[in-house]
Amino acid sequence: MLTASLFIAAISACSGSGPQSSLEPEGPIAQDIDDLWEFVLILATIVLVIVLAVFVISLIRFRERKDDQRRPRQVHGNTRLEIAWTILPAVLLAVLAVPTVQGIFDIRTPPEGPDVLQIKVTGHQWWWEFEYPDITSDDGRTLLTANELHIPAGTRVNLTMTSADVIHSFWVPPLNGKRDVVPGRVSFLTLVASEEALVADNGFGPGVVLGQCAEFCGLAHADMRLRVFVETPEDFEAWAQQQLEPAAVPTEGAAAAGFETFNQVCTACHQATVSQPDGTVETIGLENFIEARGADSPFWSSFGPNLTHFGSRTTFGGASLDNVTDHLTQWLANPSDLKPMAPEYNDLAEGRILGMPNFGLAPDEIANLVELLQRWE
Amino acid sequence: MAVTAERVDLRPPGERGVWSWLTTVDHKRIGLLYGVTAFAFFFIGGLEALLIRLQLAQANGEVLSADAYNQLFTMHGLTMVFLVIMPIAAAFTNYFLPILIGARDVAFPRLNAFSYWLFLFSGIMIYSSFVVGGSPDGAWVGYSPLATQITETVRMDYWAIGLNLLGVASIASSANFIATVFTMRAPGMTMLRMPVFAWMALVVAFLLIFSLPPVAIGLFQLFLDRNFGALFYQAAAGGDPLLWQHLFWLFGHPEVYVLILPAMGIISEILPVFSRKPLFGYEFVVFSGAAIGFVGFGVWAHHMFTSGMGPVAEAGFGIATMIIAVPTGVKIFNWIGTTWGGRIRFQTPMLFSLAFIAMFVIGGLSGVTHAVVPADTQQHDSYYVVAHFHYVLFGGAVFGYVAGVYYWFPKWTGRMLHEGWGKVHFWLMLIGFNLTFAPMHILGLNGMPRRTYQYGEGLGWDFWNLIATVGAFTIGVSFLLFLGNILWARTRGIPAGNDPWDGRTLEWTISSPPPVHNFDVEPVVHSLDDFWHRKYAEDEEGRLVKMPAVTGGTLVETGGEGEGDTHDAHEDIHMPSPSYYPALSSLGLVITGYGLIYLSWGWAAVVVGMMITLWGLFGWSLEPITREEH
Repeated sequence: MLTASLFIAAISACSGSGPQSSLEPEGPIAQDIDDLWEFVLILATIVLVIVLAVFVISLIRFRERKDDQRRPRQVHGNTRLEIAWTILPAVLLAVLAVPTVQGIFDIRTPPEGPDVLQIKVTGHQWWWEFEYPDITSDDGRTLLTANELHIPAGTRVNLTMTSADVIHSFWVPPLNGKRDVVPGRVSFLTLVASEEALVADNGFGPGVVLGQCAEFCGLAHADMRLRVFVETPEDFEAWAQQQLEPAAVPTEGAAAAGFETFNQVCTACHQATVSQPDGTVETIGLENFIEARGADSPFWSSFGPNLTHFGSRTTFGGASLDNVTDHLTQWLANPSDLKPMAPEYNDLAEGRILGMPNFGLAPDEIANLVELLQRWE
Repeated sequence: MAVTAERVDLRPPGERGVWSWLTTVDHKRIGLLYGVTAFAFFFIGGLEALLIRLQLAQANGEVLSADAYNQLFTMHGLTMVFLVIMPIAAAFTNYFLPILIGARDVAFPRLNAFSYWLFLFSGIMIYSSFVVGGSPDGAWVGYSPLATQITETVRMDYWAIGLNLLGVASIASSANFIATVFTMRAPGMTMLRMPVFAWMALVVAFLLIFSLPPVAIGLFQLFLDRNFGALFYQAAAGGDPLLWQHLFWLFGHPEVYVLILPAMGIISEILPVFSRKPLFGYEFVVFSGAAIGFVGFGVWAHHMFTSGMGPVAEAGFGIATMIIAVPTGVKIFNWIGTTWGGRIRFQTPMLFSLAFIAMFVIGGLSGVTHAVVPADTQQHDSYYVVAHFHYVLFGGAVFGYVAGVYYWFPKWTGRMLHEGWGKVHFWLMLIGFNLTFAPMHILGLNGMPRRTYQYGEGLGWDFWNLIATVGAFTIGVSFLLFLGNILWARTRGIPAGNDPWDGRTLEWTISSPPPVHNFDVEPVVHSLDDFWHRKYAEDEEGRLVKMPAVTGGTLVETGGEGEGDTHDAHEDIHMPSPSYYPALSSLGLVITGYGLIYLSWGWAAVVVGMMITLWGLFGWSLEPITREEH
């Protein structure tokens, strides 16, 4: 009983700690949910305190004392009292039901209008693919990235989500509740980040909030994380334009050798849009994907993250690893050392990708690839 | 006579030795088998929990690999639900349901044995997966298409087949308990004179009968998807992954009440005894239990508030979930009303029952916060949910069953558990429990998802995870004390006598442990809490007056026709004979199960297993019901 009140106190004391907390909303939707939660919490706490107080009073008052000769009255019940305490909770719950139903329809109404930013989300084991269908280059390519979502502050973002394999759940607690990402179905989630989110820093830099997959999706479920970068509309626009640029094919040095390896090995699953020295732009790896999956364009666009601007990301491996030379080197030597995966079960034709295999790359090949990927900012 | 001798060889009536336990059809022995088995599985499931807590004690834990962790949390859930709490409830029901309603056994004693052996063999089968290449690792809910994704290993086949076999065992015992309640009650034991525990056992039996078929179908579909290329849950082929969730939770939510209602029944027995007052509002408690069971079928989709059912369904299931809080609240208030005005003795069974109420209030209220759908979209699949259901199933159910052990241990063994060590156990368990699970509310709200083998630094989760781990080990220590207490008290506890607690119900009228036939003379029941009214009367103010003529527990009531001396009556009682056919039939089913798991070469085992089961069923139906005695 004491512990109960202690833990309520602890919740209030520790509320809002952490970059992935639902108790520190960074946008109006999460704020509404948090307000509703606090209303329920207060109501529940009042009920808890009253019920436990009566309970404890009863236990103290009617405890058996030494040489206690009391003969308790044999009360079998009290219909009026019992009806009262059947109706009272019902009334209380009816009070709770009103904002609940309102809230449901609020959070489930997709945003509409020309100012809404559309993003397609595909859950993969174990990474997130993001496509911005309305942000296109002159030659018709859409903006593709992975694990790190960039959104402008104050703009309503509509996520249209599905899964490439098993059920995932998209959850960025400071921006909204979670929404399952189900194969064969499309689900929607609205994100809105407030202006304050631009400067809020929870240890991962200003404007960065964290999320992760919330539906158990197999071996590396815990490492299927994501980051959301809240930016000013200008910064977002600049980022988007930069991401649409093709990556340059290096012509000399380690990076050029790395590109050779990339073209031979990595493109089995990854894609990159590159510009050749002669100026032609092509997406390498795309053919392999179409060959394996058929010509019908699926919702998602590749087996592994698009690497065109890999160097510009702060993390990789489902946002579970900082994008630094050490990690990248270890990863290319044996990916499963850094993140639990099961590439032995990969079956491209079936679309079953359970992680990046160890390709047995030589140390110099790895160094060259690292050079290339870091250059592709 | 020669025939008789052969029969005796086959089915010895012995009361000792392994063979006597293998062939027993005595509901009390089967109850004890259920209890001991469940307790053993409890330590295994607890060990899994401790490993999980060790791994999560700090950020980036390295104690377990992701693969090991996923197996352990899957098996922890599966074990605690199917191999611990359900069978411990079955243990109490088996042992006490017949006695509480004044019967000499359950309606179908051999079917009862069959249920137990099938449960035990299935449990062993599921655990054998650890040695042959890995245990189930897709969470106890086994969401497809994850559960159907990797068909190269048989891990999830163990889960699908194992759960279905356990379901068969549960359906059989449920049918048995329903028949027992409806047909075996002693004269005068009307439905509304039955102890609340018997009522709850009845409600649970109905819940299982109606809820297991949907999940059985789902499990078979899943098995077909995995092994025969069926496409029930394969989205790419037009199947629907959400179908599985509906079928699973249509079972899974009533299952929650299957786990908690017997514990509610137990504390509804204990509270009046230790308050020296009748249960406040017996009818309200009984009917609220039935109402919980009924409404429990209409709330399954509150486990799916984030799956995208659409706002109308979400609102409907949210409100239905709130409605279920009403009968639950009624129970709480009636329990508190029972203590009000009583003379409360704080002995161990009472302490655990009181903790049940307090912890269940917390778990119930956090459950109401789940019904607030927008808030649930943050709580769902986070540690907040883990906290909630442990407050209900550990703070509730486990505390209730431990209370039951302290309360009825004297009846099982004739000896009392050590009261002092019991109190140490109680406080350690209560403190450890709250240290473990209260912080999980905060972790969940701070964004920590469940079923994750690791979490990174800088998320603000380290401190509370460490506290939770400390709490978990405190719980572990408390249960070692409990185990020690049980082992010690079995032989050295204070002799209990028939009625150590000044009880109210029929089990306290008979010796401890009870004779094989329970009652020398079939009891005749005149009221609710019949035994109590034989000991106490009420004065004109409704106050308790001890009846001088009767000393508790030694009373023998002779029934209407029970003339003559009780010894003769005893001689005439025919108890069902031991039989090994139930164990044999269930063994055949489990062999069949193994065959299905290793289908590529296991068809032979399927054939052999089915033959054995058929052999068992034939023997079962053809053996004489009662062994010839003369």
